[in-house]
Amino acid sequence: MEYTWDFKVILDSFPLLLRGLVVTIELWILAFAIGLSLGFAVSLARVSSRGWLNGPAIGYVELFRNTPVLVQLIWFYYAFPIVLGAQLSPFTAAALSLTLNTSAYCAEIFRGGIVSIARGQWEGAKAIGMTRAMTMRRVILPQVLKRMLPAFTNRGIELAKVTSLASLLAVNELMYQGRLLSSTYYRPLEILTVVALVYFVLIYPGSYLSARLERRLAARD
Amino acid sequence: MSDTVIRIRNLHKRFGDLHVVKGVDLEVKRGERIAIIGASGSGKSTILRCLNFMEMPSDGTIELDGKMLGTEGRANDGGAARTYSESELCEVRTRVGMVFQQFNLFPHMTVLENVMEGLITVKRTPKEAARSRATEQLAKVGLQDKLHAYPGKLSGGQQQRVAIARALAMDPEVLLFDEPTSSLDPELVGEVLRVIHALAEEGRTMLLVTHELGFAYHFADRVVFIADGIVYETGTADDVLKHPQKERTQAFLARFTERAF
Repeated sequence: MEYTWDFKVILDSFPLLLRGLVVTIELWILAFAIGLSLGFAVSLARVSSRGWLNGPAIGYVELFRNTPVLVQLIWFYYAFPIVLGAQLSPFTAAALSLTLNTSAYCAEIFRGGIVSIARGQWEGAKAIGMTRAMTMRRVILPQVLKRMLPAFTNRGIELAKVTSLASLLAVNELMYQGRLLSSTYYRPLEILTVVALVYFVLIYPGSYLSARLERRLAARD
Repeated sequence: MSDTVIRIRNLHKRFGDLHVVKGVDLEVKRGERIAIIGASGSGKSTILRCLNFMEMPSDGTIELDGKMLGTEGRANDGGAARTYSESELCEVRTRVGMVFQQFNLFPHMTVLENVMEGLITVKRTPKEAARSRATEQLAKVGLQDKLHAYPGKLSGGQQQRVAIARALAMDPEVLLFDEPTSSLDPELVGEVLRVIHALAEEGRTMLLVTHELGFAYHFADRVVFIADGIVYETGTADDVLKHPQKERTQAFLARFTERAF
């Protein structure tokens, strides 16, 4: 292959890529933190025996899990403002759709964890006068969180990758900056390779920790 | 305080189309020890589980210390079930403790923490007081040297004794035992029965659903034989277990070859 690498381009574009990385991380943390909390709330509705809570929760989860993330992103940017009557910034639209999408997946992880705890645990707590909320907080969640950690780490990793789709809404995150720079310098090979490497460096520690954690938890049980 | 702790009137329990408990009346006097016996599926465990609302009665009333529980209500299926608030049920459950066949301990807590849990979260007992009360109850069931062990490391008999200590820690007025030895290996049954027997000596009000007829004979002031969801025959242990009057009681008892009484 006749190709002369131009490493200076990488140095020149690094500040912009870093700025993109910061936006990526912001998007990631925001969507993950809120997605987790919201997902927990949805999972509580999902395991409720009341139909008016349970039904909508199922609809919500299935809607987000069975449509492409990209469609959701674009819908929240172009279609949702019409419903809302106000324009959303690209970042807000991206953060909103990624948060809701993440919450749907997290709700399923929480739900799976909660129902995996034997009914007897609920009964044991009930029999000493604990309320459902107490039981959830003191008995169910402490056991469930440990079991669910690997699943949540995977979700976090997946989300970090999916944030790159926000570039299509012109959110100036890492992928967006990469595409912009590579067309400015006509150097896609150098720049996009660096972009991929930056994502790798960002995500790999999480994957590594997750795999280790999974092994440790498996060994303990 | 009246002499009667629990009064059940016309208790019914349905699971969908399945009518399991079909109108049970029962009075439990303070300090009384009642053994509930009957074939599998007769509804005896369900009756017990209605007493502390592990199962919600489909119909009928339950009085605790002379106070009628719940308020008049109408169930979705058109039945006349009463409605109960969560706070009322939680309060009742601290007064009517239960020990399960499967122990139902919290596996992520040590033995001591299991027994302290209700004191701390439900009774809001200060931690130190809860610890000493829990330790006391565990000593009573002979587990003072297992305070910091996890339930998974204990034998079934030990786990069941922890469960008894956990129920006792709440200082209930009535203790319900739902086949407490049915899931134990035969050699572990004795240690649990000895603990239950010791509690009986203390004069506690207890209801025990069991298949251990020999134990029931020595334990109970009164034996209640349940068949098809109703109280079929009741009387002293001697009356019911040795001189049953009714045909089905006789047939049931005849199936137990090892009548150790």
